[in-house]
Amino acid sequence: MARRALLVAVVLAAVVGADWAGIRFLNPYVYRVLVLCGMNVILALSLNLVNGITGQFSIGHAGFMAVGAYTSAAFTVYAVPPLLGAWGSGGWPAGLAFVVAILVGGAASAAAGFLVGLPSMRLRGDYLAIVTLGFGEIIRVAILNIDAVGGARGFAGVPQRTNLAWVLAVAVFTFFVIRNLMRSFHGRAFLAIREDEIAAEALGVPTTRYKVTAFVIGAFFAGMSGALFSHYTYLHTNSFTFMKSIEVIIMVVLGGMGSLTGSILGAILLTAMPELLRFASAERLIIYSLLLIVLMIARPQGILGRREISLRALTPWRRARPTPVA
Amino acid sequence: MTEALLSLQGLGVTFGGLKAVSDLDFDLPRGMLGGLIGPNGAGKTTVFNLITGVYQPTSGQILLEGRSIRGRPTYAIAARGVARTFQNPRLFPDLTCLDNVRIACHMHGGATLLDSVLQTPRSEREEGEILGRSERLLESFGLAKYRDSEARSLPYGEQRRLEIARTLATEPKLLLLDEPAAGMNPQETEALMRLIHDVRDRYRLTVLLIEHDMKVVMGICERIAVLDYGVKIAEGTPEAIQKNPKVIEAYLGEEQ
Repeated sequence: MARRALLVAVVLAAVVGADWAGIRFLNPYVYRVLVLCGMNVILALSLNLVNGITGQFSIGHAGFMAVGAYTSAAFTVYAVPPLLGAWGSGGWPAGLAFVVAILVGGAASAAAGFLVGLPSMRLRGDYLAIVTLGFGEIIRVAILNIDAVGGARGFAGVPQRTNLAWVLAVAVFTFFVIRNLMRSFHGRAFLAIREDEIAAEALGVPTTRYKVTAFVIGAFFAGMSGALFSHYTYLHTNSFTFMKSIEVIIMVVLGGMGSLTGSILGAILLTAMPELLRFASAERLIIYSLLLIVLMIARPQGILGRREISLRALTPWRRARPTPVA
Repeated sequence: MTEALLSLQGLGVTFGGLKAVSDLDFDLPRGMLGGLIGPNGAGKTTVFNLITGVYQPTSGQILLEGRSIRGRPTYAIAARGVARTFQNPRLFPDLTCLDNVRIACHMHGGATLLDSVLQTPRSEREEGEILGRSERLLESFGLAKYRDSEARSLPYGEQRRLEIARTLATEPKLLLLDEPAAGMNPQETEALMRLIHDVRDRYRLTVLLIEHDMKVVMGICERIAVLDYGVKIAEGTPEAIQKNPKVIEAYLGEEQ
């Protein structure tokens, strides 16, 4: 317990330190790219749980991100001022309110994931893909027509609270939640569904329940990423189109379906690559597409495949840990 | 007279106009090694699918230890103690042998998702137990050397063994084996017969197997039911079945 508290403290310190250093030493443009990287890492990790680990092909991830983004923004704009008054505009009360806003975004998205997942998890493959695609679009168009959150004008006046520290903290949180899950029988149940649903069911795994669970957890983190996004930049439904969902899928596939560290790598690469290619202004998108094609021909299983980058490989003295036997 | 562990009563299922299984009565006493045979398409695997809840019967009753399991979902039937293998091994191909077995320990895990995420003592203890149980099973099936190999990389015979080892991790009362000897050579078949016998005795199981290899069926089954076109045409000891004219007719055709 003490070790874990220490770990959390170290991570928080590192995250705040990174933000401090980022503001001080990086130019704002690079800093901004890093923040976007972090948001995409959260999205890719959460989608990987559904697509890579549980093997369900969902292409509506942007929809969940939108639910989280708008709910948390609405919370901050409409609920925080009456609750906290002037306190809510800065300092630690504002930070606390932001934590709640992020969680509200995640929870709303998880609820949406449950509602969509329950009926659609009876479908497989292409059918599931179409349903999730439909959901993503319905959400976007629905939000576009809600005047209270700006509608087609976009949601203006959301306080900008997100910085690198927040994004990194949520990304680390996402990573550890999914990693710990994957080290338990719950995580192995997700894998079993991907590998052979019929066999999994015959061995006592309630497959429908686990598919919905994966969907809900994935939606939760996508919603948190959306919450960070909505408190960072101009909020408009155009950010949550079908193309955004595809972008996240590419990150997951590129990094390696089922590999958590692969998703992180894929998200960073795909966020940074278009920026690094800016020197080639006009040909940028052509080079970007070509790079993707070459990568997929060279490594169809993704950069890492199903492997993980492990810290243990870098710290050989820790490798000799005996496996616990009950 | 001990109560039957598995009792099928008037079991039937129709797919559209096709009666795949009709009015099947079959009792399997506890501890018995039963066989289900019949020509191709006789409905043997369908019976397995009915017992395990993959298909819903259109008529009849399925009792396990005197209680109905009809209409229950497959995973719940597995939790009641029915485990099965498949005609073609359905391993988790990209996962290690260890994980294949560990997944089958699913029902022994009581930790919540939150326990797992926080790695609470309860979750850690359970994971330790699952690991220990799985390693012991691999060991006793001679699969310990494949512990960290992907299941797909195993030789065919070993895959079949792994599949049986995996079903045992669920701690079943009733083991359903669908053509366990399919695709095996005579030596492997021999070893398999010993294995099935051993497993039954060691884990005090009741076994029902579907098999085409008559040497296996006649060699280890104590009671045999014969299906033809979804209807039970004979039931009895291996000796009686071998002499039954109806069975001979179903397999070899009518004498001219």
